[in-house]
Amino acid sequence: MDNTITYREAVREAIRKAMREDERVFLIGEDVGNYGGSYAVSRGLLDEFGRERIIDTPLSESAFTGAGIGAAMNGMRPIVEIMTVNFSLLALDQIINNAASMLHMSGGQFNVPLVIRMATGVGNQLGAQHSHSLEGWLSYIVGVKVLTPATVQDAYDMIGLALSDPDPVLVFENSLLYNSKGSLDTKSTPIPIGKALVHRPGKDITILTYGINLFKALEAAETLAKDGIDAEVIDLRSLRPLDDETIMKSVAKTHRVVIVDDGWKSGSISAEIMARINEQAFYELDAPMARVCTLEVPLPYAKHLEDAAIVQVDKIVDTTKKVMVQS
Amino acid sequence: MELDLTKAKEFYSKMLLIRRFEERCVEFYSKQKIRGFLHLYIGEEAIAVGIMNALTPEDAVLATYREHGQALAKGVSANSIMAELFGKQEGTSRGRGGSMHLFDANTRFYGGTAIVAGGLPLAVGMALADKMMKRNRVTVCMFGDGAVAEGEFHESLNLAALWNLPVLFVCENNRYAMGTALNLTESETDIYKKAASYKIDSKQIDGMDVVEVAKAASRAVEDIKDGKGPLFLECLTYRFRAHSMFDAELYREKVEVEEWKEKGPLVVFQKRLEEMGLWSEMDVKELEDEIKTIIDEAVEFAENGTLEPIEDLEKFVYSEVSNG
Ligand SMILES: Cc1ncc(C[n+]2csc(CCOP(=O)(O)OP(=O)(O)O)c2C)c(N)n1
Repeated sequence: MDNTITYREAVREAIRKAMREDERVFLIGEDVGNYGGSYAVSRGLLDEFGRERIIDTPLSESAFTGAGIGAAMNGMRPIVEIMTVNFSLLALDQIINNAASMLHMSGGQFNVPLVIRMATGVGNQLGAQHSHSLEGWLSYIVGVKVLTPATVQDAYDMIGLALSDPDPVLVFENSLLYNSKGSLDTKSTPIPIGKALVHRPGKDITILTYGINLFKALEAAETLAKDGIDAEVIDLRSLRPLDDETIMKSVAKTHRVVIVDDGWKSGSISAEIMARINEQAFYELDAPMARVCTLEVPLPYAKHLEDAAIVQVDKIVDTTKKVMVQS
Repeated sequence: MELDLTKAKEFYSKMLLIRRFEERCVEFYSKQKIRGFLHLYIGEEAIAVGIMNALTPEDAVLATYREHGQALAKGVSANSIMAELFGKQEGTSRGRGGSMHLFDANTRFYGGTAIVAGGLPLAVGMALADKMMKRNRVTVCMFGDGAVAEGEFHESLNLAALWNLPVLFVCENNRYAMGTALNLTESETDIYKKAASYKIDSKQIDGMDVVEVAKAASRAVEDIKDGKGPLFLECLTYRFRAHSMFDAELYREKVEVEEWKEKGPLVVFQKRLEEMGLWSEMDVKELEDEIKTIIDEAVEFAENGTLEPIEDLEKFVYSEVSNG
């Protein structure tokens, strides 16, 4: 079966399917019920599943995230929705000190099969407290897995993958992608967690990215192609674990690397990836690696300032060309 | 709850076990066999014993970093606790947890949380799961008076009451959070009143009296299992020892500690049994011997335990089950 739907619908369908198939699955978070989800992801689910399984919470990120962890430890398969990654900071104690540590701290006795979905992303003129991309930073945490679906197919598949994983999985949905459309094959076998995907094969340079920047990178690659540069674009899909194998294979093929990351440069996932390539594939490189990140400012509101701060297609094009020239 | 000779013996020996177990911990701490932070429960034994008396093996308990007493009272073996303190593979958490992180699936003992108030949201979730799955069991969450100042305390009580969850909150009010007295940190020092403001049926009880705790706990657990929703017990108590082995105790007078020792749980219980004429029937020497045997055995078990191989260090970061 092949059909075209939005990213939002894909997430919703995945949740609906999981809830129909497994009575242990429930959705909990702020405004997920009556309001229908702050990004309308859960619209309609309350009618279908009722208040017992679509649970509206007060503004208590720490307590409802912790409650999700407790419920997971006690046999359930909760999906916690945190409105945006910014608010997840109020639940970081629960995520790091409990969810991520429990299995190890208990000597393997208590695992936490929990899914935490968060909206992320920049570019909507929402100012510094509503528009950061902290997924790279959260992927620093040992004990959680971090997924960043970019496509409609992944938006659908990754919810199922995350739910069947025995450990806590954080899923970052870019809010600007919710309206994007794509085709969905509900019968295909999902690509597992921890696998990156070569979206556009190329031979001259590797562009590594994830989430919404996949589309900016693909656009950049088309522009570059006109100048005779054949870029390979890789969707990382999973920031923890990272797919070293696919990354290094591509580096060995193209010998040049640009990383496109919505996070700030210092201490970002792009920094981690550079370090890994340095460790594992240094002698494959024909030029210094480069990256396109968000400028190191809290995100401004004004459109021109925001645009200047965040990743843009032309920045990817320019950076890629510079690397090509250097080799 | 009937206090006959059998029950009296059980209560007394459990409190004594916790007391002697921890005294032995101090010895081994000085010998550097036990390291890290070590928070003793001495003085507060009546609470753990009284609360656990009300529970069945199906009920779950979450506790703090001061949890040797609760773990022993819930039925976690002295052997595995001592082995954990010695950092051995046979310990409750294979040596990964230590004193502050005891976990035991068999007795449904869920830690061992060292972030103050961090266990409260978990307890809410555990109880939520039981309610959703229609399992008639209780989750008990034990924490100190210091937790009351954290936002998680308030968030969790609100959720538990709002959703009518089968959880028993037990605040062990020993009057100090490390070196800071409650009246220096709380505008309202009667903690049970805070719980009441969330429409949770709450009581303040004498946490030095094992019988009072046991009675209140039995009633509370019964009510919770009848579907009355969350309940809250504030148990007034005192810790006789320093906060941890690193504490120079500059914040309180020796006489205050001595006064409280006279109101200690073992002393109080002995007096009660004397009044009931049961004390003469108790063979304390025999109990002491039994307990000594249990602890000696635990120490031997811990000494003879194995060290988790370094090759296994990175185990249990993620589950081994793979979903492809
Ligand atoms: C969130 C947090 N803040 C600070 C600490 C450091 N700390 C450890 S124990 C403690 C005192 C807690 O007192 P209380 O909750 O009354 O428990 P008690 O030690 O008296 O049993 C503090 C401040 C901590 N572990 N967690």
